[in-house]
Amino acid sequence: MTVLLFGVAKDIVGSPSLSIPTTANGKRIPKTVGELRTFLGKSYPELEQLSSLAIAVNNAYAQDTEEINSYDEIALIPPVSGG
Amino acid sequence: MEAASRYTRQTSLPDFGPEGQARLQHSKVLIVGLGGLGIPVAQYLNAMGVGTLGLMDNDTIALHNLQRQVLYSENDIGKPKVSVAAQKLAAQNSDTRINVYANYLNPENALEIIKQYDLVVDATDNFGTRYLINDACVVVKKPFVYGALQGFEGQVSVFNYKDGPTYRCVFPDPPKAREIPNCNENGILGVLPGIIGTLQALEAVKVLSGKGQVLSGELLLFDGNTQQSRKIGLEVNPKNKQLTTLQLHYEIPPCETEVPVVTIAEFLHLSADLRLQLIDVRNPEEFAGNAIRSAVNIPLSKLEDELIRIDFTLPVYFICQSGVRSRSAVQIAQDFKPQAQVYSIEGGMTALPDPIKITV
Repeated sequence: MTVLLFGVAKDIVGSPSLSIPTTANGKRIPKTVGELRTFLGKSYPELEQLSSLAIAVNNAYAQDTEEINSYDEIALIPPVSGG
Repeated sequence: MEAASRYTRQTSLPDFGPEGQARLQHSKVLIVGLGGLGIPVAQYLNAMGVGTLGLMDNDTIALHNLQRQVLYSENDIGKPKVSVAAQKLAAQNSDTRINVYANYLNPENALEIIKQYDLVVDATDNFGTRYLINDACVVVKKPFVYGALQGFEGQVSVFNYKDGPTYRCVFPDPPKAREIPNCNENGILGVLPGIIGTLQALEAVKVLSGKGQVLSGELLLFDGNTQQSRKIGLEVNPKNKQLTTLQLHYEIPPCETEVPVVTIAEFLHLSADLRLQLIDVRNPEEFAGNAIRSAVNIPLSKLEDELIRIDFTLPVYFICQSGVRSRSAVQIAQDFKPQAQVYSIEGGMTALPDPIKITV
């Protein structure tokens, strides 16, 4: 599963994208957008602490309950303020 | 001027035509923020013949604005953005009615001002004002063109357009302090606001003229680094469309209190023909050793108690040994008199060329 990172999410992770393994390896694989938030929050606590972090699945805004699959393209979109 | 020939390149477009032009001419647009985003928006809407433009900003032009705020020139430094912009836009198109608001949008003035316009352009640089614009536009039922950037990236959308989503449908809650860079503190590549602001101008023209497909219900993400754009489909959260009042308070950071600085060369140039005050905030011992003749010594540690000695009706320049204490002095003075013209002299006494130490 590919996760594209924008704005401060890119700064926090230090890369424009992340690849999330979809084979078990004893770890629980995120099955929903909400689980993905928690999953990423374990490695990057600053991501979980963001007041607003929009998540898009296949270029559509997704609620936390939305299911995700290995072939989905996910985007983490924090607000930006500059002008 | 002769409107028919002036706009012929766009009225001859089959998908725009004289009808699109007539709608622009009868439109009123409020541009909140006359910085990197607001300038291209104002220039294009003015050039294209939007009838009325409201310009709102309370900032003055600083040297570090010039790398992206391309309407302003070196000789505009220190002048209010809105008045310089209004003057240049009037020269660009004398038919436009320009309303100048030399203040910031706040919960007290937002509804009353926005009510008078057909469309708002969010060209601000901080989250507090962005949420205020969103909420005020929802309350008075006006669409707004959103644009924002960070680093090489930008976002654009038209929010609250008809039944479409609002800014809060994407980002429900404002970030807490220091969670996300605010007020351009992480830097901006000069050309990026030009791109995002121009996209905002395009959306404004589409909303006003009724031509083309408005970027509503979608968030455009632009990445200048890879030249990739993508659109994210958005959803309406009905509760965000039902706001009827503003919050009492929005966390609007004082972005504009970025410390204004001048170089020693600029200061010497200004002091030749301008009435001003020079305050040296070093310790008395340092001052006694070597000082500019016109300077008054108020050590930084005593500044707060002795601010009354300074005449804030004149521009005030602070100097110290290296330019660090003088920056703090500017912040102290700004807290005391937010409207005052106060500057820190970069590099301080150390930057003074030797012969000038004697002659000034």
